[in-house]
Amino acid sequence: MLLNIKNLHVAINGKEIIKGLNLGVNQGEVHAIMGPNGTGKSTLAAAITGREGYEITQGEIWFKGKNIIGMPAEVRANEGIFLSFQYPVEIPGVSMTNFMRTALNAKREYKGLPSIPAGEFLKMMEEKKNLVEIQSKLTNRSVNEGFSGGEKKKNEIFQMAMLQPSLAILDETDSGLDIDALKVVAKGVNELRSEDNAFIVITHYQRLLDFIVPDFVHVLFDGKIVKTGGKNLALELEEKGYEWIKDQYLANSEV
Amino acid sequence: MENISGTNILDEVTQGDYKFGFYTDIENDTAPRGLTEDTIRFISAKKEEPEWMLAFRLKAFRHWLALKEPEWAHIHYPAINYQNIIYYAAPKRKEFASLDEIDPELLETFNKLGISLDEQKKLTGVAVDAVIDSVSVKTTFQDTLGKHGVIFCSFSEAVHNHPELIKKYMGSVVPYTDNYFAALNSAVFSDGSFCFIPKGVRCPLELSTYFRINAANTGQFERTLIVAEDSSYVSYMEGCTAPMRDENQLHAAIVEIVAMDNAEVKYSTVQNWYPGDKNGIGGVYNFVTKRGLCKGNSSKISWTQVETGSAITWKYPSCVLMGDNSIGEFYSVAVTNHYQQADTGTKMIHIGKNTRSTIISKGISAGKSNNSYRGLVKILPAASNSRNFSQCDSLLLGDKCGAHTFPYIQARNETSIVEHEATTSKISEDQLFYCKQRGIDTEKAIGLIVNGYAKEVLNKLPMEFAVEAQKLLAITLEGSVG
Repeated sequence: MLLNIKNLHVAINGKEIIKGLNLGVNQGEVHAIMGPNGTGKSTLAAAITGREGYEITQGEIWFKGKNIIGMPAEVRANEGIFLSFQYPVEIPGVSMTNFMRTALNAKREYKGLPSIPAGEFLKMMEEKKNLVEIQSKLTNRSVNEGFSGGEKKKNEIFQMAMLQPSLAILDETDSGLDIDALKVVAKGVNELRSEDNAFIVITHYQRLLDFIVPDFVHVLFDGKIVKTGGKNLALELEEKGYEWIKDQYLANSEV
Repeated sequence: MENISGTNILDEVTQGDYKFGFYTDIENDTAPRGLTEDTIRFISAKKEEPEWMLAFRLKAFRHWLALKEPEWAHIHYPAINYQNIIYYAAPKRKEFASLDEIDPELLETFNKLGISLDEQKKLTGVAVDAVIDSVSVKTTFQDTLGKHGVIFCSFSEAVHNHPELIKKYMGSVVPYTDNYFAALNSAVFSDGSFCFIPKGVRCPLELSTYFRINAANTGQFERTLIVAEDSSYVSYMEGCTAPMRDENQLHAAIVEIVAMDNAEVKYSTVQNWYPGDKNGIGGVYNFVTKRGLCKGNSSKISWTQVETGSAITWKYPSCVLMGDNSIGEFYSVAVTNHYQQADTGTKMIHIGKNTRSTIISKGISAGKSNNSYRGLVKILPAASNSRNFSQCDSLLLGDKCGAHTFPYIQARNETSIVEHEATTSKISEDQLFYCKQRGIDTEKAIGLIVNGYAKEVLNKLPMEFAVEAQKLLAITLEGSVG
């Protein structure tokens, strides 16, 4: 199993947000995580990627056979975990090209490989830019600076294509995207899907799942996965909302 | 919640040590400790100077005795005992016909500094005048420069070989009466560089001087004079390092630039004097007077500085815009870490009509340091239609450091426009996490973000200097790695 989360509890400033979550992801799979706001979707992404300030109070996160709790964020990234950010941050004065080369070389150094030759790097940049229909000049600009909402999200997928992670977490990648940009982003993801990697798609809406078809859909509520199903579960949620799941969950927990 | 551990991370990565703290064991020929007229006569005699040079020194010394050390800057340090300093230290052997004759340890020092005096420099197109402690060791490429009529030599050589030029220009921009440290320098200066670009010549090489303080308890007082005649151009680079020492070392330099009609001088500095250790012990006291005079019409002087070193920096590279349509520029990145203190900025004095000046200052404070920008924009009554644009940005790393801005604006001409912008920002935890999530560790991430912040200034540096400056910025702020 690529990722195996066992009984995970996560707290922020002493307040428990994730309360005993289990999730297993195999290579080649796409898992959608849905749920109402404030149920811990982004906290889960932060816990897997190793963001500071998120305290793991209990449980284990196994990735490629290693328990990664306590592993620094950059090591997890270099091990092959990628997060497409919900709100990509701007880094003034640092060109995308420079940023990407630094990231790629950090990964290569981690694997004991020499720095990527300039020619090979530029060729790779061209190829991956085409994948997400990013304009050439965008990579000469500073990281996310002055990018539109759509450009920022495309840029996340572009970085994913460059870094070729084994596990990619897309955190609300569809938020703030118009339908055309959404299609471009989905096309990029679909082209990168393979037997060797896996995706966790965190989303609020079913819309994205029309384009990135998941193998499993999980509903997160009150810090736990309360329901798991196939792609049809997303359609059902779209139709009926989250209330019925909430009711079901609360009824069960009262018993 | 974003900042829970941010401060700790910044603490860790800003605890780096000085990477250039090696000491070269070379036999020195030193003056006795202390400063009297005898010391000055000793220096002048050692350098076999003509009588007029000694007279200049003594005049400056007598003036200095009457002055008080300035106290207006936002810096604090124990009183300097000027009688406990050695004012002259020269490597004993002085004549070098070829590099083979130079002390191998000295060469090794240069290698550690990453500068080479050998033929490789020819390929990179840089001529170096290396000043170690006080005497110019070897000047390269005088032949190439000579063909174009460019004079680039040590100040001492210039005193002997071009006395008429030195007499004419020395002190014409920074008189010995200018300030306390300028008077001191004029009295005891040991060596430095002289550069003369004749009319209509575009200097074929970027000229470079590497300064380094080596011996213990020595002050370094170098003097640089650059004269650019009508329609000439030169780009001049100055780099500085010093070995690690517990005691404080004094550096009080003077740089004077004169630009005639349509001449352009670009002066770039990467200053990495020893800043003292993590606890603020030791380090160089850097009190420098740098000033350029745009004497001719449409002349241009541009200062670019990357200041990462020194325990104390007191430095205001300035432009006096005398010629009509002349241009002054100041681009600065000043980094302070641990207990470093910097009070640095510029003065733009608009005298001529249609004169323009630009000030871009980027301060970066980390650790428990204090970083001040102090700048004066002065528009005199005759300077019609003059313009100034100033931008002063401060970046704070952690919450124990200080950033201060002291802008002074004196506009006495109604047709002139003066603009001033200022910002203060912090490296956000979001930016750090974004980098780390891409596999870039905290130290590299801070280097990347800081270099991005300083890019506007770094872009003004000559190529090979820019690379060095980028590394230096990263090293200064990083931990023990790198």
